[in-house]
Amino acid sequence: MIECKNIGKTYVNGDMETHALRDVSFTINDGEFVAIMGPSGSGKSTLMHIIGCLDTPTRGEYLLDRKDVAKLSDDALADIRMQKIGFVFQAFNLLPRTSVLRNVMLPLIYAEKGEAERIEKAKEALSASAFPEKFWEHYSNQLSGGMMQRVAIARALVNDPTLILADEPTGNLDTKTGNMVLETFQRLHKEQGRTIVLITHEPDIAEHAERIIHIRDGDIVSDSKQHKQRLAVNLL
Amino acid sequence: MKIQDTLHETYTALSANKARSGLTILGIVIGIGSVVAMIAIGQGASGSIQSSIQSIGSNLVLVMPGQQRGAGASPVSAGRGSAMTLKQEDADAIAKEVTLAKAIAPEISRRYQVTAKGTNTNTQIVGTTSDYPIVRNLEIDTGTFISDMNVRDLARVAVIGPTTRDDLFGAGADPIGETIRIKNVQFKIIGMTKAKGGSGFTNQDDMIFVPISTAQRYLAGDTYVTTISVAAEDPNAMATIQQEITDLLLRRHNISDPKLADFQVLNQQDILATASSITNTMTMLLSAIAGISLIVGGIGIMNMMLTTVTERTREIGLRKAIGAKRRDISIQFLVEAVMLTFLGGFIGIVLGWLISLLVTSLSGIATAVSTTSILLAFGVSASIGIVFGYYPARRAAALNPIEALRYE
Repeated sequence: MIECKNIGKTYVNGDMETHALRDVSFTINDGEFVAIMGPSGSGKSTLMHIIGCLDTPTRGEYLLDRKDVAKLSDDALADIRMQKIGFVFQAFNLLPRTSVLRNVMLPLIYAEKGEAERIEKAKEALSASAFPEKFWEHYSNQLSGGMMQRVAIARALVNDPTLILADEPTGNLDTKTGNMVLETFQRLHKEQGRTIVLITHEPDIAEHAERIIHIRDGDIVSDSKQHKQRLAVNLL
Repeated sequence: MKIQDTLHETYTALSANKARSGLTILGIVIGIGSVVAMIAIGQGASGSIQSSIQSIGSNLVLVMPGQQRGAGASPVSAGRGSAMTLKQEDADAIAKEVTLAKAIAPEISRRYQVTAKGTNTNTQIVGTTSDYPIVRNLEIDTGTFISDMNVRDLARVAVIGPTTRDDLFGAGADPIGETIRIKNVQFKIIGMTKAKGGSGFTNQDDMIFVPISTAQRYLAGDTYVTTISVAAEDPNAMATIQQEITDLLLRRHNISDPKLADFQVLNQQDILATASSITNTMTMLLSAIAGISLIVGGIGIMNMMLTTVTERTREIGLRKAIGAKRRDISIQFLVEAVMLTFLGGFIGIVLGWLISLLVTSLSGIATAVSTTSILLAFGVSASIGIVFGYYPARRAAALNPIEALRYE
């Protein structure tokens, strides 16, 4: 469960103060599929960094599973990310010249899990993200964009996180493969009850979530449940 | 991150850029290789110099004349050992008064033309006494050495060295009973010394020994001696013997200021120490020059690691995002640098060893690759990795994950 209470972030650059986030409060319960939507410069990236424990807010409280993480050190934040958060990035960020399986295992390597457990969990995660088994030993740079993003999703799933944070996951993909990725998220949400936060600037993409938090100029403009979720149709 | 995972990551990273990794370690290979080779050659040379000094004799104290100076305070010097200040009586006095000495052999040596039946050569003629073989570790191959009686009788007998034998009578010939002429004086050969081998300051196999009295009377025409060799019972007595001889000769020569002594007393241990300090200095010098290339190699490593860190900024960002701590990142890059230098060090040791083998087979200089120098080389290459890898690793670890992930 995520609780943001009056979160603000101010960047100071010389005499200039930039308020990336002013006063943001919301709660995301376990099992929700939320889209955070806003144009570029709205503060959604800053918000994502704070939710993802990559950054800490200047003001306010951020509770992740009822634990205040706002004041933690870099290394303590790294531990939280390792245990509770799975990232999916726009640019996939896979290790090149490294097998798909090893890419997925990477979070478990940092968690110092044993070899057998790693392989088992990595295979589970790859199956969950519908990544075909015949490519498991391929190098990540030999795959297509859609496939790469599925590997990234598997990597985000592998440590069984509280929250999957997807930052413009379809931004580098065409509509077809983008749909495939969104379909994967919806399925993970429905079948496994995963909590997913989708960051996007496109309303079309945001409509695939159950709830949309609209953000502009560092403030929440609207926060509404969607009665009818747009279903990602597998166009392939 | 576990050690085996760190090594796995390192292997992947280094093999991804084989050409660059190879070129980078080349600097370390050359540096370590030359250090190992230089130490090996230096130690080999010092070993052979020491053994050649040891072959002169054991526990030896040498008394030699001082340098000849012109009349009065003339600045012209003819060099050490040129003066004729040591006499037969000095040798006799040392024999009588220096009780710690095991054996004493005065000698007079000079080069003369020697002729035999139809052949001739120019060699060192040493007039000495029967104690000479004891003092100088000389062994007799066939026949006998000069006896006390020969010295007393001014016998015209000679003991020949194996090289001189080869020159005069041909290799393998039996020289016993043959006659040679030195300065138109006939000598009968009564023995031959065993080959000592080895070079050194003088080739001890190319000599002819005659009784000292004969040499003084028929060859030199005076009673001066060129060297008095004194053998000590054991190494501990050498300093005492050296002091006793100095005191005795100063008294006999009526010299009050030891600085003005017209002779010098050399201790074999001192010669050895001097020679080793010379070779050690040479080894140090050569290794230091080789060490400079190690530093250059280390800078190459640092350069490559900095490039790698910049190139892999996004990867570092990702690793941090999925839970890598500062320590994980800095260790990963440090291990990469150390692995490079270690690899370079290993290849360098093999290279240095091959170079020293090559030097031995081409020039005949004995070389010795010691365990110490190998351990030293490994230690040095590992520390170069740590020293020059530290800064890039720290830069990588300090990267902000957000900015690193955005890096283009």
